[in-house]
Formats: sequence, structure tokens, C-alpha cells
Amino acid sequence: MGETKLMKGNEALAEAAIRAGMQGYFGYPITPQSEVIEYLALEEPKHNYVLLQAESEVAAINMVYGAAAAGSRVMTTTSSPGFSLMQEGLSYIACAELPCVTVNVCRGGPGLGTIQPSQGDYFQAVRGGGHGDYQLIVLAPNSVQEMVDHTVLGFELADKYRTPAMLLSDGAIGQMMEKVDLPDPIPYKPDKPWATTGKTPDRERNIITSLYIKSEVMEKVNDRLQAKYQKITDNEVRFEEYHLDDAEVVVMAYGLSSRICKKVVDLARESGIKMGLLRPITLWPFPEKKVAELASLDRVKFFFSVEMSVGQMVQDIRLAAEGKKPIYFYGRKGGIVPTPDEVLEFARKKIEEN
Amino acid sequence: MLKEMIFSGFGGQGVLTMGSLLAYAAMKEGKEVSWMPSYGPEMRGGTANCMVNVSDEPISSPIVTEYDIVVVLNQPSLDKFEPRVKKDGILIWESSTIKRGPTRDDIKAYALPAIEIATEELKNVKVMNMLVLGALMKADPIVGTDSLMTALKETLPERYHHMLPLNQEAFELGMSKV
Repeated sequence: MGETKLMKGNEALAEAAIRAGMQGYFGYPITPQSEVIEYLALEEPKHNYVLLQAESEVAAINMVYGAAAAGSRVMTTTSSPGFSLMQEGLSYIACAELPCVTVNVCRGGPGLGTIQPSQGDYFQAVRGGGHGDYQLIVLAPNSVQEMVDHTVLGFELADKYRTPAMLLSDGAIGQMMEKVDLPDPIPYKPDKPWATTGKTPDRERNIITSLYIKSEVMEKVNDRLQAKYQKITDNEVRFEEYHLDDAEVVVMAYGLSSRICKKVVDLARESGIKMGLLRPITLWPFPEKKVAELASLDRVKFFFSVEMSVGQMVQDIRLAAEGKKPIYFYGRKGGIVPTPDEVLEFARKKIEEN
Repeated sequence: MLKEMIFSGFGGQGVLTMGSLLAYAAMKEGKEVSWMPSYGPEMRGGTANCMVNVSDEPISSPIVTEYDIVVVLNQPSLDKFEPRVKKDGILIWESSTIKRGPTRDDIKAYALPAIEIATEELKNVKVMNMLVLGALMKADPIVGTDSLMTALKETLPERYHHMLPLNQEAFELGMSKV
């Protein structure tokens, strides 16, 4: 039996990691996600995980690299400027094909920016913020409940594909409290024959590296990674549909914005506008087939994307829609959350223009 | 039923606690809830608020800009949120420290000198927020009194449990003032 609690998103995420059998957490406090390490520190005596406050985010991600290589279920969490510092390490981890969960509780940027919620790190998350051709599996929770569900799912997907998974959340989801159903602790039995747990006489050494000097070898590594990413793209796309069955206007949003847009759809429907919401749950892989399918329907007049940024996901929608329908954008920047009323007003204007 | 609310005042007055108690009690009654604090480089004496939604249905947007219920404990909060009370909505304001009261006549406004009552009648200004919560529950019984008292008991650390009777007294006194 699980249990129901009223929890902050950050605390719920930390509790979910514990219940998912996390064995190591390495991180550095940064607003608006410091409750994660605070919660894990309070709970540490009751559990069997390693908790370490690193000297910086650069150190934290490299500790994740090391512990993941040794076969441990590990996590780090941070917020935007801290996530930037982790990009080099993430590229190494992706190339070394190690499972781990990373979380970016996004705040307003660029630069040190503001500690208020934002979605300005979309590109960094889905395009691979570090160097080289790699991807992260990117999950976008839109409630405290999904902070829990996606943490568990993140660990599972990371192990399944031997690749880093991330949660792209934001300050509001991290700070707000909602009702949350916590799962029973999941018995975690690592099955990682590749891990560097010490050589035994009956097998060759396990080597974990991201360094391949010979171009021919490096190209093969890239082929292997791309084949894996293709498999993930084929199997792991997740999205939520809300009133899309007869929708003439399709709004797309993820995370907190998708909650705002659910309300927008309700308000629009009350006034006779046939609007529907398509919410990507995985930002990578992106639900391109679903977008393409909607874009080819005669009844759909246009799409618009609502983001707490200057418009980043809107580019993925355009790519997927292949010019079949107009794609508009509405967003707020710098930590400001769009209100349902202003989004609806924008939609009305676009309906008049079309 | 969907109630959209905001509690606002100085940091330290207990506005975040009021909101979380109500959310906790409503959750225990099987309702959907969301509690969203203003957060930032806050400090005691600065302004703090929390938005609370209670609903029978899953809550879409946890952030709203117009409210069924507004509770304000200082002047800047009243000035900011009085215009955002929905028509026929409820406004509860702390009338012993707020000098300029509300001016709208299309809302239900309740003046409550909670700080004065808590100081003079209960000899403890810290339970002022429970007085206000009592007044709110009389004006609109969103959750049962028992649920709120249970919520307080379950969320208050045990070392403060000797304060429970005083909090209950404050809550009931608040109810009697509306």
C-alpha cells in the first residue's frame, strides 16, 4: 500500500527517489530546488543511500558518472545555472552509456537570472546541452504527482537503455504542494554486468570510457548511440491529449504551462471555441507523429505553443508539422507565468486572423 | 465546487500556514488541492502569500489571478488583491493594522481586528492566523472544523502540541466574530 500526502514537488521527487531504490545522490544546493537535498539529508539516517553535497555542480555530475559506472542507481538535481555546469559531464555519461537521473528545476535566465519559474532551458534539455551527438531522455512533469511518477520512470528508462534520463521541471512545480500518491518502495535489483565492480577471474575487464582515439572506432560508437536513440524514439514517446477529438485549434504546452492551458481549453470550450491540448510528456523523444497527424487534418486550423520562454518547443512543432498548418507562439519570460486569460485572448486574436 | 483563494500578509504572520492547513484538511476530506507559495529572497517583515485551490475535480491551473476568497493581513496585500476578488467573493481583512479598508460594494468584506483580539483576549498574537481562519470558516465553511483541527494536530510538530487548545480557542473565537 502506498500512501497519500500533501507535499512540495521537490520533496515528493526526493521521496520518490528513495522509494525507487536510489543508492547515491550528489548535488549542490540552488534555489528553487534546494528542498531536494534538504529532504534527502533529513531522511538519510533511515535509509541506505550515499548523500554528498559536492563542492560544485561540475563535481556533482562527475560523482554521478563515477557511481553510475560502478553500477549504482544515482541521481543529481539542480536548477538552470547549475545544469549548465553539468553539460560536459552529461556528454561523457551519454557517451559512456551510463544510466542516471538528472533533474533541472528550471528558473528564469539567461545568466544568473531569477529564481522564479521558467521553461527557458528546453533547447538545452532536448538538443543535448553538451558537445557531440547525444540525447537525453527528457520527461516533463506537470504536477507534484508526476514529479514522483517521472522520477521512478526516469530510473527505469535510464537502466533499460543505459542512458541518462532527465526531468525538466520548473520552480513552480518544485515549490507548490499538491496531493500525491506515493508508491510502495520498489525492490531494486541491479542487473548491470557491464559495471566496474571489480574483475573476477571468469571474465574480461569491464571498461567504461568516453575516449576513443581512432576515428573508425568513434564512428562505430556513434552508430551504436544513434541506433539506441532510434529505439527510444520508436518506443518511448509519451503525450497527453485533452479535447483533441474535434479540436479546430490545437494548443501545445508542457509542464506548468500545460496546466494553465488546460484551463484555457476549458474557458475556450465554454465560449464555443473548439480547442484541444496536446501535451508532450516526453520532450525528447518528441511526439512528432501525433503533431504530423493533427497537422494533416482538415478541421485543424492552426497550432500554437505556450511556453515560459521566448519560444523554443515551437520549433519542434514546426519541424513536425512540416508547414502544413500555421504555428504560432505565446510566451512570457523572466519568471513570469502566463495567465489563462491572456492566453485565451491571444487565441481569439489568432482565430480572427485565420 | 472550485474555490480559488489567496492568503497574503507579512512574512511571519502565518499566511502560508493558514493556506497549507486548509489544503491539508481539504485533502483529508477527499478533495483535490493545490498550494502555491510566493517564493523568493523572502524575509520576516516582507510580504508573502500563497494561492490555494480546493476542488471536487482535478485542478487545472494552480495559478489564478481572480479569487473567490481573499484573506489579507496587511495594507499592501489589501491594496493589491482587493481588485482581484471575484464579484460576490469574500474578502477578510485584518482591521486593527490596516488603515485604509476596502472600497468595493460588490463583494462580501469582513473586517476582523485579529491582532488586537489575539493580543488582548488570548494574550498571544501568534494565534492570530487561527482567528482569521476561524472567521473564514464561518463566512464559507469549505472544510469541517474537525478536519482543520486534525490537520493542525497532524502537521504541528509534537513539541508544540501543548499549544493545540489555545489554537482551538482562537479558531472558535474567530468563528464567533463573523
